[in-house]
Amino acid sequence: MLSNLGELFRYRGLIQTLVARELKARYRGSVLGFFWSFVNPLLLLLVYSFVFTVVLPRGELVSLEPYAVFLFCGLLPWTWFSSSLSDGANVLIINGNLIKKVMFPAEILPIVAVLSNMVHFLFGLPILIIFLLYYAVPLRLTELAWFPFVVAVQFTLTLGLAMVLSALTVHFRDIKDLLANILTLWFFATPIIYPMSFLSDRGKAIMDLNPFAHLAISYQEILFYDGPFGHWKWLLALAAAGLVLFLFGYALFDRLRDSFAEEV
Amino acid sequence: MTPAIDIDHVTKIYRRHGHSRRFATLKSTLLTGSLVAQLRPDESFRALSDVSVQVPRGVSYGVIGRNGSGKSTLLKLVAGITKPTHGSVRVNGRVSALIELGAGFHPEISGRENVFINGIMLGLSRRDIERRFDEIVEFAEMEEFIDAPVKTYSSGMYMRLGFAVAVHVDPDILLVDEVLAVGDEGFSLKCLDKFAEFKRRGKTILLVSHGLSMVERFCDEALWLEAGDRRATGDPKRVVQMYLADVEQLEDELLAAADAKAQASAQADGSGQVVESLNDPKGPEPAAEQDVASPASEPDNPLDEAASAPEPAEQAPPPPEGEHAEVDEETGLVNMFTANEGRWGSGVVRIEEVTLEGDQGAGHVFHTGDRMTIRMKVRAAQPVEDFAFGISIFSTDGVCCFGTNTNIEEMESASLSGAGEVEFAIEQLDLVEGTYKLDVAAHKRDGFSYDYHRLLYTFRVKSRTKDVGIYRPRHVWRFTDNLRFKPVSAAAADDSSSD
Repeated sequence: MLSNLGELFRYRGLIQTLVARELKARYRGSVLGFFWSFVNPLLLLLVYSFVFTVVLPRGELVSLEPYAVFLFCGLLPWTWFSSSLSDGANVLIINGNLIKKVMFPAEILPIVAVLSNMVHFLFGLPILIIFLLYYAVPLRLTELAWFPFVVAVQFTLTLGLAMVLSALTVHFRDIKDLLANILTLWFFATPIIYPMSFLSDRGKAIMDLNPFAHLAISYQEILFYDGPFGHWKWLLALAAAGLVLFLFGYALFDRLRDSFAEEV
Repeated sequence: MTPAIDIDHVTKIYRRHGHSRRFATLKSTLLTGSLVAQLRPDESFRALSDVSVQVPRGVSYGVIGRNGSGKSTLLKLVAGITKPTHGSVRVNGRVSALIELGAGFHPEISGRENVFINGIMLGLSRRDIERRFDEIVEFAEMEEFIDAPVKTYSSGMYMRLGFAVAVHVDPDILLVDEVLAVGDEGFSLKCLDKFAEFKRRGKTILLVSHGLSMVERFCDEALWLEAGDRRATGDPKRVVQMYLADVEQLEDELLAAADAKAQASAQADGSGQVVESLNDPKGPEPAAEQDVASPASEPDNPLDEAASAPEPAEQAPPPPEGEHAEVDEETGLVNMFTANEGRWGSGVVRIEEVTLEGDQGAGHVFHTGDRMTIRMKVRAAQPVEDFAFGISIFSTDGVCCFGTNTNIEEMESASLSGAGEVEFAIEQLDLVEGTYKLDVAAHKRDGFSYDYHRLLYTFRVKSRTKDVGIYRPRHVWRFTDNLRFKPVSAAAADDSSSD
């Protein structure tokens, strides 16, 4: 398995090419083209801001001024996470002809799914930065230094999950339907549209079991809330868990690899 | 020297598809690393069983066999797409597989970008591709459209581009699966040239093909797979001959089975007349044998592409049941142009068995120019003096190729009683390739049927030459000296059969 992991490095050219292909193909034929990478998160942000400040205004949210920035801090990473998982679950099936007809390292496909969604995430960051500057949200360098680490933890965690999902979906197509609903639930069960402080102590204890909650809180603490980054212990624990999950996911994928060509 | 491809006692078992026990494969894979270890025998399917083949470096190796014989599985194992269930496959050298052309093409992006992506997938570096790019595009004849998205390509263009990329990977071992029919005539030739070039440069080629002539001409060695078993290996000409002989035998069995079915149903229809009157059989008595021999056929009808199974209902009206009314005054034959397959007649004289015999004994498959004997076992329920025997041969599109009877040929019947045998010997079956059906009949000289078997017997004529029509007269071409053809050997190479 370790040697297989090493192979991944050898395939970096292929991964790079496929990610580029994915990005190119996604907006090919649309008028705005690549701008959709910016427009999409913006529109999403608009929708949620509209819902929670106009349709269902809640007094408690006033404390979260500006709410759009708070929302954006959680929404942007969530979009990366959820689209990676839903793409990842499908990726082996969609590329079935590669797996069945060509000698092709299948593990590249979930990696490409996670990476191309990560690129969209990175494209969304400039918009977030504009928001931060516009609202003059105070930022600290010591906090910002954590940002790449949070991204890295999210990447590892997402990739591990995507590996597991892609491998299992080949055997059980039910997963992709199930997943869509689980992701919706997961979204609302994560402090993205509401802050952690809304929850009771019991709610907080349960929330601690939600890995994405720690990511969302980390992003919010670094970018939105004032004061030092206090969530780092949780983040480190999550990093360790993410690494274990990735290794487990890869091992599972590796074990099931031979079945893909036959079951896809 | 290590062989380029070493297939060592390889068995490949697939899971039969079905919704039951989807967990079984998953569990089995997870626990034992084997896809099928926990499957019951009825849930699995053996695509290859204990096949060992070594392909030496630089050899062109052909694999032939029927559909489902395991050819493509073998290729996939060598390509590394699937793993053997038992045994091992060792491949020494860079492999490029022409299994599905353009498998990785993304429809939305341009041909140019796809060439790069496909090349990288096949193991080239970006620089390699840049260097070969023009060559690839030129080979694919795609200069005009290379910047258009692949989704706008015709299937021929798609395949051509895929082929061009795959062969420009510069593999040590090329795996080819049935893709020679790429593009138009001109491009096919170019592909063949490319294969020849590979061969010249000492590359190893593993070719799976139904084109037997291609295997005969192009390969140095051949393997014949049959239901996952290795049936024969060695010289391609010999292996192809063995395979063809086997195909003919199977064809023969199929024709025999179809005939038996037609005869059984005719028996059921016509039982009213035929069987009843034969219920009091007389003892065996001296046979009245009659020999008729005069091979002749009528030309002028386009060759029918031998339909694999004899199709019933070629002619419009259903057969008149029982006593036959439509009797041609002149020939005394039943009007065979309007009747369907079936059997009728009074049963006074009965044709009990009809066999077709060639030089190798009874069968249903013959070659143009072969000897063919139609043998009928007949039995008269009571002694008769007025009788005639006839045969006619029809092509599948209903054209009567030849028909005659003893009456037409002016043989006067004298006596027949008890069992006898009639033999109609055709010295040379000068028919072109195709499937033919046979009428045999015993009747009175005025055409009144004793026992008429309508289109109940089928035989197939095979030929190495693909000439058209029905009748193939023996012939010779002659030319004056200023009109020349290339020596016969080159033409003979093209003269090999293919399916």
